[in-house]
Amino acid sequence: MFDTASAAVEAALAAGASYADARYVEGRDEFIQVMNGGIETLNRSEGAGVGVRALVGSSWGFFATADDDAASLRKAGRQAVEIARASAAAPGRPMPLADVPIVDADYETPVVEAPLEVPLAEKVDMLLGVSRTMQGVKGVRLARASLGAWDTHKWFVSSQGSKIHQHIVETGGGFDATAVGEHETQRRSFPQSFGQFETGGFERVRAWDYPGNAGRIAEEAVALLGAGACPEGDKTLILEASQLALQIHESVGHAIELDRILGWEAAFAGTSHLQLERLGQHRYGSEVMNITADATLPGALGTFAYDDEGTPAQCVPIVDHGRWVGVLSGRDSALIAGLPPGGMVRADGYNRLPMVRMTNVGLLPGDSSLEEMIAATEDGILMSTNRSWSIDDKRLNFQFGCEIGWEIKKGKRGRMVKNPTYTGITPKFWAQLDMLGGPAGWIHWGTPNCGKGQPVQIAHTGHSASPGRFTEVRVGVRA
Amino acid sequence: MTDAQKIANKVVEMVGTRAEAEAIATVGTAALTRFANSFIHQNVAEDTAGVRVRVAVDGKVAALTGNRVDDAALARLVEAVIEAAKLQPVDEDWPGIAAPTPVPAVDHADRSTIDATPAQRAGAVKEFIDAGEGLSAAGYCDTEAEQVAFANSLGQRAAGSVTRATIDGIHQTGESAGSAHQTSARFADLGGKAAGELAADRARRGMKAFDLKPGEYAVVLAPECVATMAIFMGFYGFSGKAFEEGASFVEIGASQFDPRITITDDPMSPDALGLGFDTEGTPKRALDLVRAGVTKGLVHDRRSARKAGTQSTGHAFADASLGPVTASLVVAGGGDAVTDMIASVDRGLYVATFNYCRILDPKSQAVTGLTRNGTFMIENGRITGAVTNLRFTQSFVAALAPGRVLGVGDDLRYADSEFGAGIVRAPSMHLAGWNFTGGAEG
Repeated sequence: MFDTASAAVEAALAAGASYADARYVEGRDEFIQVMNGGIETLNRSEGAGVGVRALVGSSWGFFATADDDAASLRKAGRQAVEIARASAAAPGRPMPLADVPIVDADYETPVVEAPLEVPLAEKVDMLLGVSRTMQGVKGVRLARASLGAWDTHKWFVSSQGSKIHQHIVETGGGFDATAVGEHETQRRSFPQSFGQFETGGFERVRAWDYPGNAGRIAEEAVALLGAGACPEGDKTLILEASQLALQIHESVGHAIELDRILGWEAAFAGTSHLQLERLGQHRYGSEVMNITADATLPGALGTFAYDDEGTPAQCVPIVDHGRWVGVLSGRDSALIAGLPPGGMVRADGYNRLPMVRMTNVGLLPGDSSLEEMIAATEDGILMSTNRSWSIDDKRLNFQFGCEIGWEIKKGKRGRMVKNPTYTGITPKFWAQLDMLGGPAGWIHWGTPNCGKGQPVQIAHTGHSASPGRFTEVRVGVRA
Repeated sequence: MTDAQKIANKVVEMVGTRAEAEAIATVGTAALTRFANSFIHQNVAEDTAGVRVRVAVDGKVAALTGNRVDDAALARLVEAVIEAAKLQPVDEDWPGIAAPTPVPAVDHADRSTIDATPAQRAGAVKEFIDAGEGLSAAGYCDTEAEQVAFANSLGQRAAGSVTRATIDGIHQTGESAGSAHQTSARFADLGGKAAGELAADRARRGMKAFDLKPGEYAVVLAPECVATMAIFMGFYGFSGKAFEEGASFVEIGASQFDPRITITDDPMSPDALGLGFDTEGTPKRALDLVRAGVTKGLVHDRRSARKAGTQSTGHAFADASLGPVTASLVVAGGGDAVTDMIASVDRGLYVATFNYCRILDPKSQAVTGLTRNGTFMIENGRITGAVTNLRFTQSFVAALAPGRVLGVGDDLRYADSEFGAGIVRAPSMHLAGWNFTGGAEG
């Protein structure tokens, strides 16, 4: 398949591109969902095609096609150049690419059980069993369980000489129970809302023990209908790890994307509250806050060997003891910023332009435990599992809702509360982080649905986190 | 193979008598020219093709999607989907495939969109940029053209073509931003200059914004905000699946909305963009969801209709797990000029767009989100200044309840939302109250 990608690159060079690269991508995926003991969806898809990117002067063009005959590949290369030339109607500054090693490489996600080879009947039976267990709890109206997997081969060729093949396997799933009251719905999910996805095989799913958790989750959903409302006010907030992972994603991960900082996403995803000239000086949070973007973490959802520009995967420090020290970058944005390229450019399929995306942006573990945080809290709320998320276009003003909460009084976990929400401003919030869970509770959470770009692209990103405690947070916001 | 109907027919023929089968095929092109910092920084195009086949073997159902449409690829697709279905348990709720039924001749495709070139898109972008001298522009101009065809093993056939063209963008002053949006089936309808001028005017008016104390304020909402409300009510409320699952706010026959509110799903309108059939081959028709404040109906696919004991309304979506989805929503326009609605506000806010809205509870339609690209103070009937972005936590249904809608604009048009272009037509609206729960400082 290198030949297919090479043909498109050569056509772009022949048409006048000063640089070109192409990816031939071949992917299969599967999504199974059951509801209330019956199959609701079994969707599989297969796709393949080539996308070629061409640089002419200071302008880029990109063209994609599923046709891989010689004539179509030549046309794709020419089209990319024609589009780049049209871009010159509104030209920008020169966009040179930062140097990266020229490599001939091959990488495969380590897999024990290939997820698409696990018998369908086994997967369906597991989901039906989980769904029926939840249905067995009185008061559960909806009992849903799902599994998903992606199996993707990518062949990358650049006009500078790199040839890289990668085989990435991602697997995951989850389940949720919904109880319906007269004027409300209450839901509990496991392992987290939208499921937990990781790189690796079906062994990742088995490790979560869906059957062993289904009954508890269903009982919590029903109990929430009778729970009291989350109190309003400024309180100590303890976030369970998967919610903290989403907090990292939204208020750190997107804010440190260099394309946003440079204004390239201003109209849709937005910009960032961060100013590049403050890199190395800006205080992002408390001393406890240490964040890295690490694309090399085994099993994490944002793990690979090379990004879609051929830059090696790496671990980049982002926040060092509360100080902002790093960004997510590609070859063009890094050079503009005067930084080394971070290897964080990926595309959602052959037919999308690679752009800056999170890898595994995670919060390094601290030295506490959830029990110690609760014991040290006089008046607070423990919140678990995301239910809603919203943040402004500069990644400053956020409001999150969780599925479930518990009051904490005088160092003890008390009554369950429903509809817990909290709100804050990014640097102020992170400055209030004062306790962080240790390595034992540190999990590589996966976000399989990160939208960005136009046309919209969905990325799979990782966020390692353990539970964390924040002081003086506004909780209990309601309509 | 580049004829969508031939692809769909071929798939159904390949399945033969081995299963109930339906196939939907698409062939087309999509192109998008994107700009930021007042230059074109991303410029993409693709030839698109795809086919989705769903089969039921003795009530065992599976679906498979592919983007290769040559005979060999289609044959692999068909064999794979049949094998997958055989491994399934019986789907007790399988409604069967659609019987042959005439499909309305809806064709909104336009030649100027099909033929739009990279140079033409870049030209529209340049007009937008040039309309804001001294400002920084960002946004996109895109065109899509697609043939779509359906076939099933009972003999239902349907085909249509769709096109869409959009220019959407902002101008920025350094301390403020203003937006503008235009969508049409016809690329020739787009005016980059007019859109750019509106965005630039909003951006300049947005300078020197002040922080407003959160609380309940009367609002005049631009069509973008109303479109966002309609999308949430459609997805979480008017869906027959959501209703069946007990998560919808809908009470058929109840006066849940102000009498000024009428919401329809209407693919037949000359301004509509969609097809005359859905992914199950069911014909679409104009459908009342709310008429003069009274909730009238739900959208259904074949599965939700079967459970409800009714007929599909032609709103099946490719991803069946989502259930039926509204496709051509129209919030009916009224007779009020935006300037008159503003003039009738003693103290309130004008909001250009909402941003990052997320549902807190589907049943109550409580949603949190923010204002963006233009939030303005209204005092004594006129705009007196710009306000920094605000967070709200508000039930969309409660905001439109009887007595809460004080004006409906005469400016019905396709309005943007964070969920994509060409989904909803909506007017501006004057509402009695909106619950702002946070300001720039949280």
